[in-house]
Amino acid sequence: MVKEIERAGIPVVHMCTIVPISLTVGANRIVPTIAIPHPLGNPSLTLEEEKNIRRELLTRALKALETEVSEQTVFEK
Amino acid sequence: MIRVVHYINQFFANVGGEEMAHIPAEVREGMLGPGLALQQAFKDEAEIVATIVCGDSYFNENMDEAKKTIIEMVKKYEPDLFIAGPAFNAGRYGVACGAIAKAVKDELNIPVLTGMFEENPGAEMFKNDIYIVATKNSAAGMRDAVKKMAPLALKLAKGEKIGASIEEGYLPNGKRVNFFEKEIGAKRAVDMLLAKLNNKEFQTEFPMPDFDRVAPNPAIKDITKAKIALVTSGGIVPKGNPDHIESSSASKYGKYDIDGVMDLTEETYQTAHGGYDPVYANLDPDRVLPVDILREFEKEGKIGSLHRYYYATVGNGTAVKNAKAFAEKFSKELVADGVDAVILTST
Repeated sequence: MVKEIERAGIPVVHMCTIVPISLTVGANRIVPTIAIPHPLGNPSLTLEEEKNIRRELLTRALKALETEVSEQTVFEK
Repeated sequence: MIRVVHYINQFFANVGGEEMAHIPAEVREGMLGPGLALQQAFKDEAEIVATIVCGDSYFNENMDEAKKTIIEMVKKYEPDLFIAGPAFNAGRYGVACGAIAKAVKDELNIPVLTGMFEENPGAEMFKNDIYIVATKNSAAGMRDAVKKMAPLALKLAKGEKIGASIEEGYLPNGKRVNFFEKEIGAKRAVDMLLAKLNNKEFQTEFPMPDFDRVAPNPAIKDITKAKIALVTSGGIVPKGNPDHIESSSASKYGKYDIDGVMDLTEETYQTAHGGYDPVYANLDPDRVLPVDILREFEKEGKIGSLHRYYYATVGNGTAVKNAKAFAEKFSKELVADGVDAVILTST
């Protein structure tokens, strides 16, 4: 899906936990996430701490969308 | 007697389903689960001396550590051969089988074999590194998988010559193997042409490499003005799953209006996905589809706006062809709706 969205001309960031799969599929902008059943959360934390994680990851996703890339890029930080 | 160590996941070890996918690797003496069928096919030529069981999520989320631990476990049994799976179309399991088999081959220098469906992401990742037997897409194909895996495994362990992929049943690995065809080239070419003209299935002898890569689009100049849409393969749908999106092998996607929705809650949304433990996503669907924080960003002016609709399907053994068709269709709508960028979340 990520490739078809890109093909349609829309920049897309893939947020997922297993980065090697995303690289194999062909995503160009990748943000690694927390865990498979809760990519953008962590049930062992408080609700507020979880929201902070989500804010941080989404801020990184926005940064990825604002960054010019020429090849597949994983935004670790 | 050839000594074999076998790797399987929590599901095939009968430990549990998705709720047990987090368990670290453990060793069991002898055979277990699909090992029974393999052992039967080996007859007296080989013996499965140990089975390693590991949760799919655990392996994928802690890959380096899991590989290290498992290699130590395998080493102790001094096997002549290592077999993983078969994983069919289970994505995390396929990646685990491919990764651990490759690691064992590299570190312990013994032959390895796994099996999976050709669309399993693990196949694309590892088919050039190790032998991967092509299987059907579900465990219903176990008998067929064992029938192909057992003889190839024995050949590998004995160091016998391995034939071409088409003869042995493994996924093509980019290596050429010479063999004599029964029919001459001219006859094969004419047969192929006739089949093609009659719209019948035929198999090319010279498949073109499939480099399906899409170049990245230019970056968003000013994200604070951008309209951003959410898309997910994590199966987040309105409570009750109104479109009846299948929990695996999805044949459709949903388009959902989130106008005025500030937060996804247990009462209003859920996951339809059957390929991960749904407890956390059901309690707070924002953990997969982060509507709450994007609304916050919208209010604070960090993004222009959150698009009124999100698109969701279940990425669990879903055919690549289907996923491609879904996205082709909804991407047109996204373009028509003036969406500037997409955040796609996956589980």
